[in-house]
Amino acid sequence: MNLHEYQAKELMRRHGVPVPAGEPATSVEEAKAAIEKLFGEGHQRVVVKSQIHAGGRGKGTFKDGFQGGVHLADSVEDATAKAEAMFGNVLVTKQTGEEGKQVNRLLITSCQEIKSEFYCAVLLDRALGKPIIMASSEGGMDIEEVAEATPEKIIKETVDPDLGLQAYQGRKIAIALGLRGKLIGQCGRLLQGLYATWAGCDASMVEVNPLALIENEDGTEAVVALDAKMSIDSNAMFRHADIAEMRDLTEEDPLEVEAGKFDLNYIKLDGNIACLVNGAGLAMSTMDAIKHYGGDPANFLDVGGGATQEQVKAAFEIILSDPSVEAILINIFGGIMNCNTIAEGVVAAAKETDLKLPLVVRLEGNNVEAGRQTLAESGLALITASSLAEAAQKSVEAAK
Amino acid sequence: MSILVTPETKFLVQGITGGFGGRHAQLSLDYGSQLVAGVTPGKGGQTFADTVPIYDSVAEAVAETGATASAIFVPPPFAADAILEGIDAGLELVVAITEGIPVRDMLSVKKVLDASDTKLIGPNCPGIVTPGEGDQSAGGCRIGIAPGYIHKKGNIGVVSRSGTLTYEAVWQLTSAGVGQSTCVGIGGDPVPGMTHLDVLKMFNDDPETEGIIMIGEIGGTAEEEAAAWAKDNCSKPIAGFIAGATAPPGRRMGHAGAIVSGGKGTAEAKKAAFREAGIGVAETPSEMADTLLKMM
Repeated sequence: MNLHEYQAKELMRRHGVPVPAGEPATSVEEAKAAIEKLFGEGHQRVVVKSQIHAGGRGKGTFKDGFQGGVHLADSVEDATAKAEAMFGNVLVTKQTGEEGKQVNRLLITSCQEIKSEFYCAVLLDRALGKPIIMASSEGGMDIEEVAEATPEKIIKETVDPDLGLQAYQGRKIAIALGLRGKLIGQCGRLLQGLYATWAGCDASMVEVNPLALIENEDGTEAVVALDAKMSIDSNAMFRHADIAEMRDLTEEDPLEVEAGKFDLNYIKLDGNIACLVNGAGLAMSTMDAIKHYGGDPANFLDVGGGATQEQVKAAFEIILSDPSVEAILINIFGGIMNCNTIAEGVVAAAKETDLKLPLVVRLEGNNVEAGRQTLAESGLALITASSLAEAAQKSVEAAK
Repeated sequence: MSILVTPETKFLVQGITGGFGGRHAQLSLDYGSQLVAGVTPGKGGQTFADTVPIYDSVAEAVAETGATASAIFVPPPFAADAILEGIDAGLELVVAITEGIPVRDMLSVKKVLDASDTKLIGPNCPGIVTPGEGDQSAGGCRIGIAPGYIHKKGNIGVVSRSGTLTYEAVWQLTSAGVGQSTCVGIGGDPVPGMTHLDVLKMFNDDPETEGIIMIGEIGGTAEEEAAAWAKDNCSKPIAGFIAGATAPPGRRMGHAGAIVSGGKGTAEAKKAAFREAGIGVAETPSEMADTLLKMM
């Protein structure tokens, strides 16, 4: 589950990571109150930041032509005007696709003088089976580009998950980032807080880009998290009721949300051949086979190992509500699952939804003969196939 | 021979009184496997299917029955604890079927696991089958949720991160009249117990295994590591398949571990590593068995 920047910063703040003062807003009135509060506290400048689940906000463009999803402002009036221009407006960034995302929430924060920018993240190193801290002095840049162009600038520190990030490890990273004096200890503690956020929230990834060395208005220096990106291990949500409440359904595909209600694993794609498959590996392979034979999959859909008739019907309704779908491919290997149960579910769903699209079915496994007979006697105009390769070819043909 | 388990392997089921665990425990009994005990804390003294004794702890079940392996069907919040209990009881093999164990729990489990002699298959896996000699391979050892009847005793080893793709491969082999030594589903989680490489090494050392099918998917670099080792060290033909070439980057494709992140873990990179190591690459899953059989 992905979080908004303001939510990630709140969780980081709770774990001792310094973040700029600020508040989220879901309306112009709330934004104005937050802006007035910051100026009232003596801040000279604020930042108004669009909150959407996509990167590249600063360089994005709103659909009405307004440039930039992140703005600086030196007065209450200016900041409020910018907030007004952003609310409800659709922001297009390099990560949103051309349809963009509507901005429903803003984060208003204080703005300090930035002296230098760094990158840091906590993530799982799968090969090691351990968390690592990844840092770089190239702040504000795409870390993948840094890793590609100048791999020597990437700092990696492995963490023992039972001990957490030790103080010396935090200092080691701070020194490698070029920090000196008191900043070594301060940045080290920040990194320990960042790791504590990752572990304490069961995060999959915590990323701060940029982590910034700022100069406060009293002339002192400090390292703070200027931006924050965070995703949570969905499997751990049972022990984080507070984080579960942070889920923003407006950021997710409505069909994917609907599928989730039926325990179906659905991911919408851009093609026109819908698939309904049991098992994640087989579902991915079905998409790959469609592509291999020159077609384009419309979705990933895993109905799981013990799909019921109700789930099959829900799955049908979900794939049919995608208007780009021109053919459907059902690929089931019934290991324990009874093929006839699936066949009956398919027939019932096709009749109930008054299916007009070509439907290619490949069934294999447990009680397959009965399943095939059910399909043959259904009166539906089905296209049957005996292997996945054949099914994929036929679905590509049918979608033309 | 076979790897990890033989038809004589005695095993227990942790979570045998749950619906899912009970159903598959019964299927293992029907297959003729040596399921000798169940474990559900608080239900010690009861029996499963009128024949299998239930114990309160794994240690007690091991002491009473001599079980050396375990299948875990415990719900995700308690599954890591169940694995640790199995390791503590000195089991040789723990097979964690449970899907949805938090990564952080598995990081702690892995540390304990690495310092022990226990091997872990899974989590989020179909388990392991060593086919038997009976009708439809009955009499073999089935620990987990794989359909037993699709197997046939023979000489091909199968290792896979995906359940249904394992069944596809096994079914293609069996339909072609070719049997399997052992089939291992290592599971789709990002922090697994045994890896492709661990299982590959065992197949290489197993005199009964003559060829190997290795099935992988996007995410992580376990397939690349296995391929790099196989290039110079594996004496047996290997056919490989990788799922997920069309998966959009940054999205988890059903399995918690099936995600391309930061440009890493792509199907393309894995297939290239396979080819580099002389592993035959099946372009669609329909060709997994054929690809191997042509190499043998």
